[in-house]
Amino acid sequence: MSAVPDAPRAAWAEAPVPPSWRRLPDRVFALCLVELEKLRRDRTELFTRAVQPALWLLIFGETFTRLRAIPTGPVPYLDYLAPGILAQSALFIAIFYGIQIIWERDAGVLTKLLVTPTPRAALVTGKAFAAGVRALAQAVVVLVLSALLGVALNANPLHLLGVAAVLMLGAAFFSCLSMTIAGLVLTRDRLMGIGQAITMPLFFGSNALYPIELMPHWLQTVSRFNPLSYEVDALRGLLIGTPAHLLLDFGVLAGSVVIGVTAASALLGRLAR
Amino acid sequence: MTGMAGMTTPGPPTEPPEAERAVDCRGLSHRFGDHLAVDDVSLWIAPGEVFGLLGPNGAGKTTTIRLLTTLLPLRQGRARVFGLDPGRRPMRVRRLLGYVPQELSADGSLTGRENVMLFARLFDVPRAQRWERVTEVLAAMELTEAADRVVAGYSGGMVRRLELAQALVNRPRLLVLDEPTIGLDPVARSGVWERITELRAATGMTVLMTTHYMDEADALCDRVALMHRGRLRALGAPAELKDQLGPGASLEDVFRHYTGDHLGDAGRQGGLRDVRRTRRTAGRLG
Repeated sequence: MSAVPDAPRAAWAEAPVPPSWRRLPDRVFALCLVELEKLRRDRTELFTRAVQPALWLLIFGETFTRLRAIPTGPVPYLDYLAPGILAQSALFIAIFYGIQIIWERDAGVLTKLLVTPTPRAALVTGKAFAAGVRALAQAVVVLVLSALLGVALNANPLHLLGVAAVLMLGAAFFSCLSMTIAGLVLTRDRLMGIGQAITMPLFFGSNALYPIELMPHWLQTVSRFNPLSYEVDALRGLLIGTPAHLLLDFGVLAGSVVIGVTAASALLGRLAR
Repeated sequence: MTGMAGMTTPGPPTEPPEAERAVDCRGLSHRFGDHLAVDDVSLWIAPGEVFGLLGPNGAGKTTTIRLLTTLLPLRQGRARVFGLDPGRRPMRVRRLLGYVPQELSADGSLTGRENVMLFARLFDVPRAQRWERVTEVLAAMELTEAADRVVAGYSGGMVRRLELAQALVNRPRLLVLDEPTIGLDPVARSGVWERITELRAATGMTVLMTTHYMDEADALCDRVALMHRGRLRALGAPAELKDQLGPGASLEDVFRHYTGDHLGDAGRQGGLRDVRRTRRTAGRLG
């Protein structure tokens, strides 16, 4: 007979239950820890995924800097573009987190987690955190490359901390958006289709590549409802020193994350049915 | 079957009063669109009993389990798990459960220990006991040596034992196993059976399992319920059900008698479906 725990029956599962207000932060912490452990083993992927944003900077950035087609005032176009590419790389990572959730559902992992005393919101927040950490890792690559290309980045540690916070919030929101859609469409194929269909409009319908003022009026209105615009505005302000509305940007991003987590957790149970 | 010599299961339990039942369902039904997946199922499970839900794929076994484990909303009928309503008190019910789904579902990119540690945290195992408890369940599932290896390199049988370790780390009162040996080779299957038998001998834990392997049900379960197209066709101890049919009858015969149907090849030795499932799992974990 091996070491099967031989405790008195009455004591099983009767361990003191921590107060319910601690449940959400405890669970979020546990799930974030696991995501960090996974990332630790997955470092090559972090860098291979940075290839795409790097190419945007190198090819698109360098070319349009020479063309001078986009008026960005006193700021060189490459400097203007770098924060946009940072936000884009976070968006591209996060928008496919719904696929991961569907994959985990198919693998039985999600079902198993849903049968633990874990609030749905904690499962979603854990994933959103993972998306944020991945975005940060990529951001390091993009920032180093930008510096090498001669972008004048603000190296003030406080500003960099702000950049990290903005990227985490942005990635968290877009991963929640993706998980919300996953909860609605339920299959990987449909989610892939929708993911691809919305990513480009989100990207081009923001200020990532050009100032909003250059857009036609209707598109300007659309881009005001696009959280990516606020993300880029904050990143640009913090890194390049362009005039930004930091308070509004952080407010919009934090609010979007709260709405995103709420929507995604409300729909998460549908995936296990 | 190898490894099963000398294992005996105690006789069927007597019906406990309602308040003491581990599981109690009455008139449980569940519909997916036009399809009635579970149709008026009533059954009880005594504390400490190993109870098997038997039937072919699509019989409604997994849906019944999903209703009891809070994964599906209870729309029709009544269900209680240790007196608690899974629809109204899902968090309380989940705290009492250990659950192993049909799919081989451990996280391939984590080590065995990290997989179990996550569940220890999610079930609020106090920090001071966590390491010890995780080590203990890994040892009980004979995974001590593999504990710090990444799960992607585990065999199917090892993943299943790891999942049992995950399900046991909170010392559940009800262990729910959905097709615990599907897609495993005979040696791995008997390994899982041995672990389950040891476990119930040591802890007296209540186990609810689904299976479409008749030999598995015969060897492990105190009582079985035969399900077919969502309905309960027969319920009793395997020996009782076989005796009712006549000398020399197998559980497979019992099933055919009550349903006029047979389990097909999958009921005997794991059919093509299992092979595909195993391949998929292997691909995923690799």
